[in-house]
Amino acid sequence: MAERTQPIRALPGAIAAGFVLAVVLGAFAVVVSGADAERGLGPADLAALRFTLLQAALSAGLSVALAIPVARALSRRRFRGRTLLIAFLGAPFLLPVIVAILGMLAVFGRNGWISLVLVQLGLPPIQIYGLHGVVLAHVFFNLPLAVRLILQAWQAIPAERFRLAAQLGCGSRDIWFLLEWPALRRAIPGALAVVFAICLTSFAVALTLGGGPKATTLELAIYQAFRFDFDLGRAALLGCIQVGVAGLAGLVAMATLSDVGFGGGLDRSMDRWDGAGGLAKAGDALAVCLTVAFLFLPLVAIVLAGLPGLDTLPATVWRAAGVSLLVAFASTCILLALALPMAATIAGARRGWLETVGLMGLATSPLVIGTGLFLVINPVADPFLLALPVTAVVNAIMALPFALRIFVPAARDVLQVYGRLALSLELTGRTFWRVVLLRRLRPQIGFAAGLTAALSMGDLGVIAMFADPERATLPLQVYRLMGAYRMESAQAAALLLLMLAFGLFWLCDRGGRSGDSV
Amino acid sequence: MAIRFENVRLQAGAFTLTADLEIASGARVAVMGPSGAGKSTLLAGLCGFLPLAVGRIVIAGQDITNAAPGARPVATLFQDGNLFPHLTAAQNVGLGLRPDLRLSGEEACAVQTALDRVGLAGLGDRKPAQLSGGQQSRVALARVLLQRRAVLALDEPFAALGPALKAEMLDLVGEVAQETKATVLMITHDPADARRLADETVLVAEGRANPPAPTGTLLDDPPAALQEYLGA
Repeated sequence: MAERTQPIRALPGAIAAGFVLAVVLGAFAVVVSGADAERGLGPADLAALRFTLLQAALSAGLSVALAIPVARALSRRRFRGRTLLIAFLGAPFLLPVIVAILGMLAVFGRNGWISLVLVQLGLPPIQIYGLHGVVLAHVFFNLPLAVRLILQAWQAIPAERFRLAAQLGCGSRDIWFLLEWPALRRAIPGALAVVFAICLTSFAVALTLGGGPKATTLELAIYQAFRFDFDLGRAALLGCIQVGVAGLAGLVAMATLSDVGFGGGLDRSMDRWDGAGGLAKAGDALAVCLTVAFLFLPLVAIVLAGLPGLDTLPATVWRAAGVSLLVAFASTCILLALALPMAATIAGARRGWLETVGLMGLATSPLVIGTGLFLVINPVADPFLLALPVTAVVNAIMALPFALRIFVPAARDVLQVYGRLALSLELTGRTFWRVVLLRRLRPQIGFAAGLTAALSMGDLGVIAMFADPERATLPLQVYRLMGAYRMESAQAAALLLLMLAFGLFWLCDRGGRSGDSV
Repeated sequence: MAIRFENVRLQAGAFTLTADLEIASGARVAVMGPSGAGKSTLLAGLCGFLPLAVGRIVIAGQDITNAAPGARPVATLFQDGNLFPHLTAAQNVGLGLRPDLRLSGEEACAVQTALDRVGLAGLGDRKPAQLSGGQQSRVALARVLLQRRAVLALDEPFAALGPALKAEMLDLVGEVAQETKATVLMITHDPADARRLADETVLVAEGRANPPAPTGTLLDDPPAALQEYLGA
């Protein structure tokens, strides 16, 4: 069919995509040309590569393996709070990493709740630093995502099949082999690939719980080469490896995963006639209870630990909080300025390459872009002065894939339903944006802005590379307080960060939903 | 204003529709034919949503073949989605005067008058969701009044309304067309609609839009393609 005329032009979206492409590819190009390839990979670099792959594989395997019984329980049981629990499975996405880590330390750390019990029993306390700590934190963040992905597959099994199976007298075991396993077999590789790709570029977790020659990820090694040795050649070389590994994993993840849904529909429960036995019920209850405990205890811990110190927070924390709010605001504005025109152009079904550009954030690492931007800025200006703008831009690019997933389907609907009417009324260009598109997309804009603000608020990545003692965001300040063993202040600041991140999300999301209800 | 389709060929995927016909100025013409025969394709070509593969369209002596949809002297009522749900009835009508909705006092008065004219006095502040189906159609017709285009194209906009309400709307279309002196082109699958509004009918069948014929004669003695469709 002939290319349909649209009320909006494709150019602004193409310009936005061009900007993203220039930043990401420009940073890559600089990193590649700056890489000190002659030296080759030292034993420490190889160890970092090995550790990165190992922890990502373990994290992915554990997250998905644990997600299966949880998703099964959620799909076949109805209980009070089930809908709420499924909604909360989306929360770790917004949770600042450093907050979760402090919460986990309070539960699983050397002086944490579990260790206290163990010591009472005459056993040694838990040792959380190192590989198992990194994996534990990654499972904390990715178990909910894995549950959502697998639950999606479960719910895709038509209810009629369960009815038919029940009529044929199938037990739980038969249903598993007949219906559930075939559906899962298609979902599991995608879930594994996504979690693996996410864990490959993990920085804040490795920074706080890893470290040392035995537990350093590539991303952390880039930071160390940069920050401690100021060895730009080595940082760039590691960056090249990181791009290769993460890009490959990202491609595999995108290819195996058909659809990462943000949307609702997951809280539907199925009528099942099997699994009525006591053992099955107890197993499901155990899976759900353990998950709730695992996900909520660290949050409860950070609230309890942070409350006492909240009114005696040092001034540096408040200043950092102000800086973070500013960065989050800038990030959100940049994201909207990029994502909205791109989404409109993609929705108009023109310029297929834009979609690929939008996904680049998934396959790149913030520290690699950061290194590249540092190398670009360094000759002309003091990069440390530009720490905050660079952080805002990188955060926006990282949030872009998610924002596009939110905007594109909605924009497509608007163009499909109102495109012709708008054209026949000469409602085009900017007027179409103002009178129609922005108002129709209001809920999506609120949601995406909330996501970006929360992500940016909690981000501890590029800023750690660039910041000097005077300039810190709140997550970085929390990390510095931890490093100075001022745990009470760190926990209180983490609680503040948690409230700000969730508060920003809530405000934006609510702002998008209020007003027009139609 | 007279509409001329000169050797027009429209191409939508593998589907082709040809049209070579003239519609007299001020005429009210029904467009009938089997489903999928190309009625909507013909209208899409007229409104500028589907570029012509061959030929040209002339309205009132002016070649509009390459004009943008909004620049053509055509006001359109679609099957659905004629109103923006986030705008009030008055704003939806106001779009007919100024797409950017920056209305002068005079223009705002004209909007009120148009709403009064279609029987919606006092309802200008309502959103479409707060109006009935018939009232929504009236809002769209009020906008057509203000657009003052030479041609009014209707793509079955009243298909979802009950028979009595639909008859009422068709009469209102007739009145609006008379006031704006518009030539009307209306797709319908209901012979009663055609008889009620249209003196002439264009039969679209077998990949061809035929020249208009008197509606009564056509329906009383339908050619084979139409007969099969009507089931008479």
